[in-house]
Amino acid sequence: MVENRPWLTVLSHVVLCLGVLVTALPIWIAFVASTHPADSMLSGRTPLLPGGYLLEIYATVLGSGVKAAGSAPVGMMLWNSLVMALMIAVGKIAISIIAAYAIVYFRFPLRKTCFWLIFITLMLPVEVRILPTFGVVASLDMLNSYWGLSVPLIASATATFLFRQFFLTVPEELAEAARIDGAGPLKFFRDILLPLSRTNIAALFVILFIYGWNQYLWPLLVTTDEGFYTIVMGIQRMLQAEDAEPAWHQIMATAMLAMLPPVLVVVFMQRLFVKGLIEQEK
Amino acid sequence: MAGLEFVGVRKTYPNGVRAIHGIDTTVSDGEFVVIVGPSGCGKSTLLRMVAGLETVTEGEIRIGERRVNELEPADRNIAMVFQNYALYPHMSVFDNMAYGLRNRRTPRDEIARRVAEAAGTLQLEGLLDRRPAQLSGGQRQRVAMGRAIVREPEAFLFDEPLSNLDAKLRVQMRLEIKRLQRALGTTSLYVTHDQVEAMTLADRLIVMNAGVAEQIGTPLEIYDAPASLFVAGFIGSPAMNFLPGTVAGDRRGVDLDGSGRTLSVTPPTSVGRGGVTVGVRPEHLEPVSREEAVLEIAVELVEALGADSLVHGQLTGGGSGALVTVRVDGARQVAAGETLSLTVAAKHVHFFDPDDGRRLG
Ligand SMILES: Nc1ncnc2c1ncn2[C@@H]1O[C@H](COP(=O)(O)OP(=O)(O)O)[C@@H](O)[C@H]1O
Ligand SMILES: [Mg+2]
Repeated sequence: MVENRPWLTVLSHVVLCLGVLVTALPIWIAFVASTHPADSMLSGRTPLLPGGYLLEIYATVLGSGVKAAGSAPVGMMLWNSLVMALMIAVGKIAISIIAAYAIVYFRFPLRKTCFWLIFITLMLPVEVRILPTFGVVASLDMLNSYWGLSVPLIASATATFLFRQFFLTVPEELAEAARIDGAGPLKFFRDILLPLSRTNIAALFVILFIYGWNQYLWPLLVTTDEGFYTIVMGIQRMLQAEDAEPAWHQIMATAMLAMLPPVLVVVFMQRLFVKGLIEQEK
Repeated sequence: MAGLEFVGVRKTYPNGVRAIHGIDTTVSDGEFVVIVGPSGCGKSTLLRMVAGLETVTEGEIRIGERRVNELEPADRNIAMVFQNYALYPHMSVFDNMAYGLRNRRTPRDEIARRVAEAAGTLQLEGLLDRRPAQLSGGQRQRVAMGRAIVREPEAFLFDEPLSNLDAKLRVQMRLEIKRLQRALGTTSLYVTHDQVEAMTLADRLIVMNAGVAEQIGTPLEIYDAPASLFVAGFIGSPAMNFLPGTVAGDRRGVDLDGSGRTLSVTPPTSVGRGGVTVGVRPEHLEPVSREEAVLEIAVELVEALGADSLVHGQLTGGGSGALVTVRVDGARQVAAGETLSLTVAAKHVHFFDPDDGRRLG
């Protein structure tokens, strides 16, 4: 679209700048707060420029956590979150791509029913089925484990649906040519479908990694052992310091650290991600 | 190398569509057989049954004496070229050609040799590292051919392989396919809806209509003696003219336009009294003087093609006003509105039963 009205350009830039400001300012303040000693945040005058304690505060937080709140070391919580998010993202992709493959390429009894069953689970996110799911996980003895953190979140109707839609756009003749070329179902999946889904997988990975990383309620429920706390729930626990002001500088530093991995994933996978969202490789 | 054999082959799709109503024919070793017919007549279905991509509902298909009904496509030793080429988009040209061989555990150096050879034949040498997306339509078509050739199959199956190309390239590739098939001597089954392609490529033609093989024969046999109105109208371009004729009382002539003038030709004995459908190809109608004419048309439109012109007009005289197309020499001046007097040699007149369309005689 080519528009050539100067005031419109000005207006749209103003709106965009406001948007950036609204999004970026809180992050900036959080960053600034994480570089000042604890009391400067509470003194009434919020500083707007970074202070000089950056390395010190981040080192403390990573190594030993927020002492006042008795929290686990942030480094460990980051690791737990990373493991959980990766397991969820990889698990979701693996299971849904296989499910979609079965639904699109094989004729078996109750195929439609299976598809709808999967589709219906869209209406049942963790929050809705949290009690029964907790019961199942508890009786499987998966509390306080990486499996307990990730497995109940792995089934994904959305990803299955996306892969199904993509597979439907792959010309049927490709599967037929592969059959004539002597590729069985597994070979076709591995040699042709999987490479063709590359960009879709990348896009889904970014979305699902962030989804997994941001899980809050579920980790809160299934972990009682500090060794399995995740970073997102950990931040909340830091606020519950007993008999003391929350250590805002350390909490902010933790928040900054918690934001980092999703940002990195987006930055590094951006090229593939955008490709997967907008373009089907011809 | 091997021939193909169809024995009472029928196909009913699971949804009840009856696509093939019984095909019996053989394709001999090294023969190039073209299946031609209008869209939806079951050509692809027949070909895909040979490939093993569709099940055979009834009857038997044999490739070189061996019943293949129950075999997987990969075990039938055939290669197929698809209309949209179906190249693997993420693989290089080399890998596209090599994929089937690798799956068969062909030794590496053998693969390299065969691909290089095919690439040489098809002028793909410089393109082996490219992806299909980086090729032109004609080059993709060649890669698809190459993929079939390297397999050294017993039969090639083509499903409208040229219909995604522009007209000029189509003519060029058509020649190339024919040349290649001659050189390799591989039995080929080729599906097309384009009768020109069919005529030029085929050793033998199968003209299909609504799931039935209406006529099987060499292109010239079919052109000279079409077995039905459908075949007569489908093969030949422009299409044959059909005129409602009346057999004269003495059976010595046929009135073509209801004007009373008769063409002196002895109709075959199977032609009954009264009405008969007479077929005359546009290229067999000759402009003559009024006295010699057996029919006349009022010219409506002239298409000058250079070497010759197509004259379209309406039958005058007492009759039906049927539309008639005539192919005349390009040098001849004909203008719309004129009346053109025409005649035809008796040997170029075809008779068809007006009721069921069968050829008479
Ligand atoms: N998979 C299918 N399921 C049901 N009917 C089909 C299927 N494929 C083709 N048909 C039907 O069979 C008939 C022949 O189709 P096809 O062989 O593709 O025709 P052609 O290749 O001559 O155009 C058509 O009526 C078509 O609608
Ligand atoms: Mg077809």
